[in-house]
Formats: sequence, structure tokens, C-alpha cells
Amino acid sequence: MGLLSDPVRRRALARLVLRLNAPLCVLSYVAGIAWFLALAFPPLTQRTYMSENAMGSTMVEEQFAGGERARSFARDFAAHRRKSGALPVAWLEWTMRSVGLEVYTQSFSRKLPFPDETHERYMVSGINVYGILRAPRAASTESLVLTVPCGPESPNSQAVGLMLALAAHFRGQIYWAKDIIFLVTEHDLLGSEAWLEAYHDVNVTGMQSSPLQGRAGAIQAAVALELSSDVVTSLDVAVEGLNGQLPNLDLLNLFQTFCQKGGLLCTLQGKLQPQDWTSADGPLQGVQTLLLMALQQASGHPHGAHGLFLRYRVEALTLRGVNSFRQYKYDLVAVGKALEGMFRKLNHLLERLHQSFFFYLLPALSRFVSIGLYMPAAGFLLLVLGLKALELWVQLHEAGVGPEEAGGTPGSSPPLPATQRVGLASLVAPLLISQAVGLALYVLPVLGQHVAAQHFPVAEAEAVVLTLLAVYAAGLALPHSTHWVLSTQAPDRSWMALKLVALIYLALQLACITLTNFSLGFLLAATMVPGAALTKPSGPRPLRAALLVLTSPAAALLGGLFLWQRLQEAPLSLAEGWRLFLAVLAQGVLAHHTYGALLFPLLALGLFPCWLLFWNVLFWKR
Amino acid sequence: MAATAPLSLLVLLLLGPGVWGQTEPPRDSLREELVITPLPSGDVAATFQFRTRWDSELQREEGLSVLLKADRLFHTSYHSQAVHIRPVCRDARCASISWELRQTLSVVFDAFVTGQGKQDWSLFRMFSRTLTEPCPLASESRVYVDVTNYSQDNETLEVYPPPLTTYQDVVLGTRKTYAVYDLLDTAVINNSRSLNLQLKWKRPPGNEAPPTPFLYAQRYVSGYGLHNGELSTLLYNTHPYRAFPVLLLDTVPWYLRLYVHTLTITSKGKENKPSYIHYQPAQDRMQPHLLEMLIQLPASSVTKVSIQFERALLKWTEYTPDPNHGFYVSPSVLSALVPSEVAAQPVDWEESPLFNTLFPASDSSSYFVRLYTEPLLVSLPTPDFSMPYNVICLTCTVVAVCYGSFYNLLTRTFQIEEPSKGGLARRLANLIRRARGVPPL
Repeated sequence: MGLLSDPVRRRALARLVLRLNAPLCVLSYVAGIAWFLALAFPPLTQRTYMSENAMGSTMVEEQFAGGERARSFARDFAAHRRKSGALPVAWLEWTMRSVGLEVYTQSFSRKLPFPDETHERYMVSGINVYGILRAPRAASTESLVLTVPCGPESPNSQAVGLMLALAAHFRGQIYWAKDIIFLVTEHDLLGSEAWLEAYHDVNVTGMQSSPLQGRAGAIQAAVALELSSDVVTSLDVAVEGLNGQLPNLDLLNLFQTFCQKGGLLCTLQGKLQPQDWTSADGPLQGVQTLLLMALQQASGHPHGAHGLFLRYRVEALTLRGVNSFRQYKYDLVAVGKALEGMFRKLNHLLERLHQSFFFYLLPALSRFVSIGLYMPAAGFLLLVLGLKALELWVQLHEAGVGPEEAGGTPGSSPPLPATQRVGLASLVAPLLISQAVGLALYVLPVLGQHVAAQHFPVAEAEAVVLTLLAVYAAGLALPHSTHWVLSTQAPDRSWMALKLVALIYLALQLACITLTNFSLGFLLAATMVPGAALTKPSGPRPLRAALLVLTSPAAALLGGLFLWQRLQEAPLSLAEGWRLFLAVLAQGVLAHHTYGALLFPLLALGLFPCWLLFWNVLFWKR
Repeated sequence: MAATAPLSLLVLLLLGPGVWGQTEPPRDSLREELVITPLPSGDVAATFQFRTRWDSELQREEGLSVLLKADRLFHTSYHSQAVHIRPVCRDARCASISWELRQTLSVVFDAFVTGQGKQDWSLFRMFSRTLTEPCPLASESRVYVDVTNYSQDNETLEVYPPPLTTYQDVVLGTRKTYAVYDLLDTAVINNSRSLNLQLKWKRPPGNEAPPTPFLYAQRYVSGYGLHNGELSTLLYNTHPYRAFPVLLLDTVPWYLRLYVHTLTITSKGKENKPSYIHYQPAQDRMQPHLLEMLIQLPASSVTKVSIQFERALLKWTEYTPDPNHGFYVSPSVLSALVPSEVAAQPVDWEESPLFNTLFPASDSSSYFVRLYTEPLLVSLPTPDFSMPYNVICLTCTVVAVCYGSFYNLLTRTFQIEEPSKGGLARRLANLIRRARGVPPL
């Protein structure tokens, strides 16, 4: 306190900040990146452990032996599906009823805002089928969900077969304390979204669906199952949900327990768990998994049907059976036993899963990094923005005090004329204009798709993406269009003020994002911070402009795509990457409208306008 | 839903017209009964009833009680036990009284688990026992099996051994047929030394289930997040042409703060105005909300009653030891006079006597039902009561303490004041002060 209130020491501190600003910024940025990469190394990662008491000590014995039954269910389902060309609702209803479930259906329809070219759908209508196993001697206040998403591309018939066989096995047991809902959804995620909205009787995304006839209380946990063949070589588990939400770590621990118990080969992000954590190989492999997880989480796109459950505070994960070229293969019984064990333990739960972490990063299936350990990485990056803002603040302040005091600071920019006053009014125009461009970026593509499709030879989906890019590029012309509204007096001080505002705005946004979705916040900070920190209207302008363009949100997205493919060991050529980029843009807009993903509005309304401010600073007329 | 049927059945059996009207048996006696009814869900309900005078022998080893084997009875979907004791007059002048003891036990067998997927059942399969002899003390020992034929054309189920007599009655507005087996009748048991009642469905009963009741209800919490929510109750009236009123009673704990202005009642897409509303607001930690409404349910409709609420933040000592389990909200209670199935069936006007049109059978046209909906589980905003929680509390305190001084520092402008020489008077005063040896002004 005394340090700050004493004007002499205050000035000394200000000088220190000014003189050491550049090295401090570089140091802080490097420290942030290094910290993130170090997260996969043992002192920072810890072994996972089961926190929930109700699931820990009570071992269960799995008795599921319905492998043959599962296969015959799967064959029948696939045959009926081929015959009808859609989800065989009547067959599912009949089968579920014959294994003793209470069966209900739900029809839904949704007109997408524009045609989805990746999944080839526009007007979607389908029927979800679900059966409820009522727990004996319970009042239907709690339930668990086993869901199988069926889509046109992923028939998932083995998963349906296994689910039905499990339902038949579960129905014969008397130990259930929670109802179990067996849910088959059509049009994979759209069906899940429709069912979840109807179950909770809300309408978030404009889905039209019939109300549900049967309910089973508060859903405690859900498991989504995707299998593509009768035998699997490994089970992949996906945790990242909508907007980067994660399920409680205990659910993952539970899965891992049964992986170990059944001797199953389990992977995370398609990567096997490294065995050796003492040498550098294990952690290096962990870094890859960690980066994959961070990219997946940052995309905010649900990595499986479970991702939509998380919004309703239902802990959920997706299990994917992978059949690759490995020698040892497991049949459906092994997978069924793991699921049976998981459900029996979830059945023991007395409270919702809450004991373990909700915020974590996973360098491997059995290792995690808790929120307290990964936050400093983002903190260091944001510190750069803070330091830069402080520097500008001090410079502005000194300029206001007078040249005779500001002149005493060696190494800083030459003292500014004292006569200049910071006109906050001059900041209003760029702020408003860049926000307006952001709003246009958010609204125009979907609103104007029909106009664009009429006047140009493009389809609606292309029109959306091209409008998106056009508005984005038009935003870059902003500095040239803002000059006529700006007062020309005091250009130096006003660009500083504008950059100060932009820095604080960016820092606040990134901090808020980091708190809810660390991966997104960190990746955005890692790309946007250098450009933002180095922007000024002097020096080699083309170089700075190139740097700023490279660190814009769209470039970050493109870079993320290349990194993702590289880590998946399927590197892209530039043309492929560009095509994928366009597809991802369309998917991002669609995900916002169909599931309520927040990445698109966040970039369009928050980060892009903020980035435009820096662009504005760069082309400030002196 | 499954539980309500046997319970209400039991109530009616106890209060049925036959019990009161008849004169008491001449001696203190034991009457025992077993009623077996298939339920709409496909399960089987079995209701035991033993009635005796207090002063008679209570130890029973034979008769229906051989079926009461604990490991089977607890292997069921539902069971309920009751004991009733009441004084009864011994004679018409009521000079002396006896005590009457009634014990009832209702059990719902999960036909699916018991019958390995089939819905056929037998006494042995349900109880792992058969009836061998009647209780020597009993004056009456009967087994009733509900064999009501719901389909019009032909027999769907078959009981073995074939009953000697049947009994018909209107139970909860439905005409039921019971096969009666009197254990005191020597012909029933003596044929094979044991009675193993069996029921077989000729056709799979899946599509031949008994008709849905005229009134049923569902309740659920809608919405997500820990701030707001909505309590919704769906009331189904499946009667084809009759509307009837329902009294809906809700008691909601105080920690769900109801917004009464959001109370909406809609049936068939239109607003349904209740004819009577009584609302007593909650008082924190004192009394719950009480909401009572009389709602007219239109024929063949679904009525949705919904009301929004806000979740209150409890004091930290008020949380239960398992706060993350959620808090229970008690069921709504529905009381209604439901039109009976018998009255709803089209009367064959050609066959029935002519006076039926003059004197319609009004007494059996409706019956009283009290339904309880599901209880609800609502999660409230819950601190996690762990180390991070304490850390957050501590951090917030520290931040709150620091905030004031930081704010002060950041908003205050510091100016260095040049020591001014002051005016003539001050200079003079300082001269005098210096002379006196006092610090200057």
C-alpha cells in the first residue's frame, strides 16, 4: 500500500514497468507456453483416484453373458433398418417391450437455419425411442441413461444390440435403485437434443417435438455408446461436451476402473496410455493427448452424444468401440460387462457425482491436471496484456503530468506534448463501428443467405460461409472508414487510449473464457496476445499487419485445424485445409443454432470486434 | 402408478358394501382372503387379508399364511402392510364389545422377473409354496382371482383348476369377475392334496392390457440450472365424453419460492380457469406453500398445471448431510369423483328394461379416487462444503478487505503540494514562532 501511495516510489515503480516492459512481456509469454507444455510432466500431473465414496470400495460382480443375444438383436436391427431406410421404430418398440421395458416414442422435427452439407440434411424429422426400466420399490425420482445415437452415417446397430441385450439382463435383476432409461435417438445429436429438451420441458434451440409421455425423475448420469462392429480392439472415451463442459472426473475414473478390471484396452483421444512416466517418452506422448484434448475442448463442439447432457447437469461420457488392426479383439460381452459394472456402481450413488473435479485436463486416461495447476499458464499469458496496458497507462498519465517529469524516463517513447488531452469521445466511434461489424458478422450470414443465393451462383450453405468471410474481410477495411468520424487532434494520445481500452477489453474477455473453458481461453490467448501486444501505428507497418492478421481469430481457427490434423497423424495439404476450414465455419454456425454452442457468437460478438480495435490502432493516422 | 391400484383396491375391499350390511358371524372367527389381480403394467398384485376377533387364537400355521414366505415377498416390486384394530359390537344392543383385528399385506409381483419373461403365473412360481389345507381355525378361507375378460370376443386367459364359482362386483368403477376358491370346500383341495392356482394367457397380453384408467397424472420438474425451474403436473382425463372436476392439492417446501403469477393451467391448448383456488404462501423455515385448486378436466384431454419457482439458498447449517442428493418435493394429491367404467360402457337399450331410462343407475356412475403423483427430487444451489469451498470463502474475504484500500488508491489522485511561502501574516507568525522555539506553521 505504502509503495503505491508514496508518489516518489510510485514513480520509481512506473519507471521500472516502463524500462523492463519488453523483457517482462516476453518472459511472461514464454513462461505461459512453457507452463502449459509442462502440464503433461509428472510434478504437475497426478494419478486419478476415485473420490466418490459410494463408488469406490463396493466392488460389483458382472454377470452379463448376452453376447449372442446382442449380436442377434444387432442383426435384426440392421436388417429392419435397411428395409425401412430409417430408424425401425416399430421393431424397437416391440423389442423393448418384449424385454420388459416401458416404451415411449417422441417425434421431433427441426428446420436447420441453412442446409448442412457435411451431414447432408436440412429439414430434419425423426423419432426417438426410449424404454424405461422401473426400479422396484423406488419412486422414480432418479434415473440413469444409456443412450445410443443413430445417424445416417453411423448406423450403430451393434450398440443398439448391446443396449437391448443389457436391458434384457438388467430387467431380470432386482437390485436397481434408480430407473434406467434406454434411449435410441435418430439423427444422432439432433435427436439427443430434442429428447433432452423435451425431458426437461424447455425449448432452447427452436426444436419442434412432441412432449414426452414417460419420465423417470432427475437423471443422475448418462453413458452414450457407439459401436461399429461386433468385435472391438479398444474402447475410446470422450469427455468433452458442448461449450467445453466436462463431466465429473469420477465418471471417467469409474470407466477406467472397469477398463482395468476387464483388461480392456482403453484410449483417450485415440491415444493409448503411455506406461512409462519416469522417462521423457511418456510425458511427451501425454503432451500430444493434452493438446488434442485442448483443441477438442476449445472447439466447444460436443465430442459425442453425451456432450448435450452436460448442460442439464447430467454427468455423461461417450464410449466408442474402435476396431483397428490389433491382434487382440474383445467381443460384445467384454464391453457389456464394463457397462454393467458402471451402471451398477452408478446405481449405488447416494448423491449426484460431485466429489471429484469438474475442471481438468487429461494428458492420459489415468493422469489429470487440476484447475489449480493449469490456470497459471493462462495467467502468465494474460499478464502480458496487463503489463502492456500498464505501460500505456503510465505513458498516458505521464504525458498528462508534464514533460519535465516524463522526460526522466530513459528508454521510453519520447515525451508527448502536454497540451494533448485524451478525448474519450474519440474512442466511441471505433468501438461502436467494430462492434457493429461484429454484429453484422453474427447476424448477416444466416439472415442474408437467401438474398445471396438469389443473386450469386452459390448454394445457401456456401452463401453463409462466403458472407461470413466477406464480412470478416470487410471488417479489415474499417480503419479507412473510421477516419472520417475521428477528430484529428491528438492522434498519439488517442491511439494509445484506444489500445489501452482494447487491451483491457481483450484481457477481460480472455479471462472470462479461461474460467469456463480453459482450453479455448488459453489457445486464443496464445495466438492473440503477441499480435495485440506488438501493435502500434509506427515501425514496419506491413510486418505488423501480417503478424496481426496471423493472430486473428480466424487464423487461429485455421491453425488449430492444421494442428489437430497433424496430431491425429493425418496432415493436411493447404487446399484440403482450406476446404476443411470452410466446412468448419459452416459447422460452427450450425452448432450455434442447433445446439446452442457459444463459440461462434463469442468470436463474432466478442473477440473479432476486439481484434478490429487493434487493427484500427495499427492503421491509426498520425 | 402400479402401487395405487392394489392400495385402492384394498380400501374398497375393506369398506365394500358387503362388509357392513351383513350380520356378524355368530362366533368369534377368523376370516382369511387372498385376492390376486393382474395390473395394467403386466405385474400381478396379491392382497392378503386376515380378519379376526382379538380374543380368538392368533397363531396360524396353515391356511393362506403358508404362502407368506419372507424371501419371496421381499423379492417383489412393492409391498405394503397394515394392521387395523377396532371395537365391534357383540350384539345388536351393543352391551359388550369385541376387538376386531385386521391385518393386510399387499404385494406386487414383477411378473417379468418371476415368470422369466412370460406373464403367466402360478401360486408356486410367486410364493414357492402351494396351498395344502385350510386353516382349522378359520370360518372362511377363500382365494379370489381376477379373471375379468377385457376383450369382447373370446377368452384371453384361463385359470387352472377351473373355479367352481365366480363372483362379480364393481370395483373402482370397473365390473370385475373373480374366480372363487373356497378352501373350506373339501372338493377344492382334496383332488390333488394341494392347490396350485395357475393363470395362463392364451394370447400374449401385451396388446390386450386392461384399459387405462380414466384419471391419471404425472409430475416433473422442468428447466435446467440452479436458479429457476418449473413444477409441471399433467392430469389425464381419458374418458371419451365426460368432463369431471379434480381437486389438486400441492404442498411445496418453502425453499422453492413459487411465483404464483406464473401459475398456468391449460387443457387442449386453451387456458383452463380453476373454479376455486386456495393459496397459502410459505413462510421461510416455518411453513410450506399450500396450493389447492378445483380444476375441471375436459373429456379426453391432458391438462397441464405449471408454476415457476426460484431455488432459495439455504443457510449452511440447513443443508442435509447429503445435499447433493437433492431435496424432495412431496407429491401432489388428486381427489376426484371419477366416472365409472361401467357407466361409460354403451348400454344396450334394446336388452335393458324400459325403466332404466326413467331411473338411471346414478349411484354407480362415479367413484371416489385419491391419487398421489410421483415425488420430485430438486437440486438446490449447494456449496461443496470442502477444502476449495473454504479457500474460496477465505479468498473472497481477503479480496473484500483489500478491495477498499485498492479502490481508494486507484481513484485518488496524488498531487505534490509545493510548500508555499504564505502571506505576510503567516510569515510574521512564523517569525514569532521561531523566536519562541515552536515549529512554524
